[in-house]
This record gives sequence, structure tokens and C-alpha cells, in this order.
Amino acid sequence: MDDKALIPHLFRTEYRNIVSVLSYLFGIQHIAVAEDLVSDTFLTATEHWSLHGVPDNPTAWLYTVAKNKTRNYLKRNTLFEKQLSPELRYTTEKVEELDLDLSHKNIADSQLAMMFTICNPVNSTEAQVALALNLLCGFGTQEIADAFLTNKEVIYKRLSRAKEKLKESNIRIEQPTLTEIHERLDTVLTALYLLFSEGYYSTSQNTTLRKDLCVEAMRLCALLLDNDITCKPPVNALLALMCFHASRFDARVNEQGESILYQDQDVGLWNRELIARGTYFLNAASIGTAVTRYHLEAGIAYWHTRKEDTVEKWENILSLYNDVLILEYSPIAALNRTFALSKVHGREVAIVEAEKLKLTTNPFYYSLLGNLYTGIDNRKALQHFETAANLTISAADKATLQRTIARLLELSR
Amino acid sequence: MNEFLLIIHRDLTSKDATPSPEQMQQSIKPFQDWIGGIAAQNKLVTPPRRWDLTGRVVKQDNVVLNGPYAEIKESVGGMLFIRANDYEEAVEIAQGCPIIKWGAVVEVRMAAPTM
Repeated sequence: MDDKALIPHLFRTEYRNIVSVLSYLFGIQHIAVAEDLVSDTFLTATEHWSLHGVPDNPTAWLYTVAKNKTRNYLKRNTLFEKQLSPELRYTTEKVEELDLDLSHKNIADSQLAMMFTICNPVNSTEAQVALALNLLCGFGTQEIADAFLTNKEVIYKRLSRAKEKLKESNIRIEQPTLTEIHERLDTVLTALYLLFSEGYYSTSQNTTLRKDLCVEAMRLCALLLDNDITCKPPVNALLALMCFHASRFDARVNEQGESILYQDQDVGLWNRELIARGTYFLNAASIGTAVTRYHLEAGIAYWHTRKEDTVEKWENILSLYNDVLILEYSPIAALNRTFALSKVHGREVAIVEAEKLKLTTNPFYYSLLGNLYTGIDNRKALQHFETAANLTISAADKATLQRTIARLLELSR
Repeated sequence: MNEFLLIIHRDLTSKDATPSPEQMQQSIKPFQDWIGGIAAQNKLVTPPRRWDLTGRVVKQDNVVLNGPYAEIKESVGGMLFIRANDYEEAVEIAQGCPIIKWGAVVEVRMAAPTM
């Protein structure tokens, strides 16, 4: 990596590392101090490096500067020190001796503790995801705004409000205890699931950014698996699900940024290594008796990594979608279930079931009907595809639908 | 939308029970698809679950009998709660139950409105 690529990457990684360690040390009341110290460190680095070149070990350089700045800050702010000392998880008597622990282990512990702090139901899940991107992943407000397809100001407000909420509620930044895991892990997993989906399904044109979101969600999930207390079957299932989906990342978009439907994808572009890793995590998830939505969705994703259209494949997918819907209804699961039903019981059966869904504001409902009717009643198929094209707000989806319509018109001529 | 109780009655007690164990085995997948179809319309309130076939019957004067209630030929085999606009819709959903053709009976009851 050359310097131009190295620096933003390094800043993002080290921002989240140092912010987590400092926040863990200072407590939730002083997150802003932690953020300021790290921003200041990067400012110094940028100035110094542009004059003297990037040092041999830029990470070590950043850590030394961050440590010095923290020490100086504490020295200058005796008041802050007093406020802090009861909370300070540090045994050093004198500030001069403070040595920030930026070891791999402490960074991992701090990130884990921060994860459980950020994913707290005092904030909406949307705000949790934004906070996670900012504090756990080191994304700037502009990047988060791009991912959410909104502007910087909106994200800035969302983040400050969410941080304020955490402060007001005095949420502690600490390692989750065994008893807390049960109720709190669920919230954390939901936020990670959304973070991944944001990257995977976002209509943002910025592919690199979207991939980064997925990678970050997977990194945080793996962090949970590295800790004995949080290494639970649902976490394994969630990471399996992410691996299976991510394996198709490069195959599902063409050079023009248009999505390529599953059946048209080039299997050669599927990432075999990620599929293998997903299978490993899915097996690890299969201990115990609890079946979560992540287990079911990972099972569905697993069957999708097999391209051949076998009866076994679609019967399994249908049965898993039945279970997903029984656990919790969602329109997208209902539509996917109906597609699987058409593969198992034929399109006539599926059309009857599809028309009962009545998801009349959902463009995917009409694309599904269009697909089911194609070859059975092309006139009806055409109407449905046109309704879908009118309803969709994604330019890429609209283009895909218009191509389908053109092809159908060609056929019926 | 109203809530309906669907009670599936079937013959559990006689020697040639209907549906037969083989028929029940065959109907596992269709049954799951039926429930999945209700859930896909967001009309499933509580899914059915499996009940054992042992059962007890409790009566007045401290009488406890073994076995599921069988004074009528059909005992309760399963039950689920669904959402539907009216009886017409609830009945249409109930008619999808794949073991009716083998003699099971589905009782449909609407929840009385709460005051």
C-alpha cells in the first residue's frame, strides 16, 4: 500500500482502537475527550508526516503521541483527573506514569466493552448502527452519511444525540458479565446484522464503502467469537450468514453498478474461501437447542451457495422460510418463501399463494408476480413488471426491470 | 381483523385412527407449508405445537381419567391462532389444512370482542 492509501486506512483502524481504549479508561462521560485526543493525535501525525515522511512504524508512532497527549491532558486538567479517578480503571498513582495499554488484548477488550455500551436500547437501532460505525469502526460523519444516503448534518445530529443519551443514562463501559450476556447479546447482534445489511443491500453507489461496512460487521462479529463469554451459537450463526452473503459480493453487481440476479450470476466469482468459512461457523452454531433467526437465515444462505437447482435444495429453503416466518413475519421473507414454493410446487401453486400476500406497495411483490406469470400469461407478467418499475425508487432496479420488460415485449411480438 | 382459534380434531384413540400414523408422517411437509403460508400473509398469531398423545381428563368429584378426551371420536390434535377479517376468510384458511382429507376436523372459533 502506498502512503496515500495507507493513511486513511491506518487512521480508521487506529482511530477506533485508541478511542475504544481511552473511552474504556475514562468512562462514558468523557467520550468527547477521548475523541478529541485521538483527532488531535491524527492532526499532529498529518502535519509531521507531510514534512518528515511517514515513520517506519506509523502505528507505534501514533500510540506514543496518543499516550503523551493523554498524559499532558490529565496533567493540565486536575479537575478532570479528580472526576475521573474513582472511575479510572488504572492503578498508576501518578499521571506521569500513566501508560496507555494499547496491547492487542486490551484493544480487543475495550472494543468488546464498547460494543455492549453502544448497542444499548436507550438508542434506536438506527442510532446504534451509526454509533457503531463512528466509534467502533472509525468512520467519519461523511462516510456514514454516504452509507445511509443522507447528509452529514443529519448524521452529526444523530451521533451527538445518541452520545448524549448514553451519557444521561450513565451506561457503563465494561465487560459484560455472564448473566447480562443473555439479554444484551441480542441487541448487539441486531445492530451487527443491520450494519452488515446496510453495506450489503444499500443502494449507495460507493461499492468500496459498502464492502467496508460488511467487513466491519464481520470483524466485530469475529471479536465476539474470540471471547469465551460471548462465543455463543447465535453469534456463530450470524457470522456464517455474513460469510455466505459476502461470498457473492463481487458476483451480484456488474461494472455499471446494476445488480445481477442470483440465477444469472457467474459462479466463478463466488468466493469459495468465504463459503468454506461460513460452513465452519454454521457447524459451530449447531450446538445447543435454540434455533434463532440467524440459524435459519444462515441455513437459507448456505443452500444458496449451491447453484444447482435440486429438489432437496428448494425443499430445504422453503421449509427454512416457513420457520423464519413463524418466528417473525417480514414482507421480504414472505416473498422469498413464495419464490421457493414455486420451485418446489410449481408456479401455478405459487401464484395463488403470492396473490394472497397483497403487498401492494412493495415493488418486489410485483417483480415476483411478474416472474411467476412469465411464460404462463405474459400480458399479466408485463403489467406486474411495469407496476414494479413504477414503484421502485432504486435507479439500478428500475433499469433491470426495464430490460426485463423490453425482453418480454420482444417475445410477445 | 379478528382473532380466530383453529382447533384440529382427529381420532387419536381408536385402533384404526384417522389420519393414520403413516398419513400423518406424509403430511408433515404439507402441514408446514400450510402454516408457512398463513405466516407469509402475516396472519399467524400463535403457531401450533406438538402435543403428546397421553393426556388426562379431569372431571367433577375428583375423577381423573387417562388418555385424551374421547367421548366424541375426535380429540384435540392441535390448535393455532390466526388473524382474519371474518369467518369467510378464516374458513378459507382452515380449508387449507392438509389432513382434512384424511378425516381430521377443523373447528373455527372467533375471539369474542373484549369490552
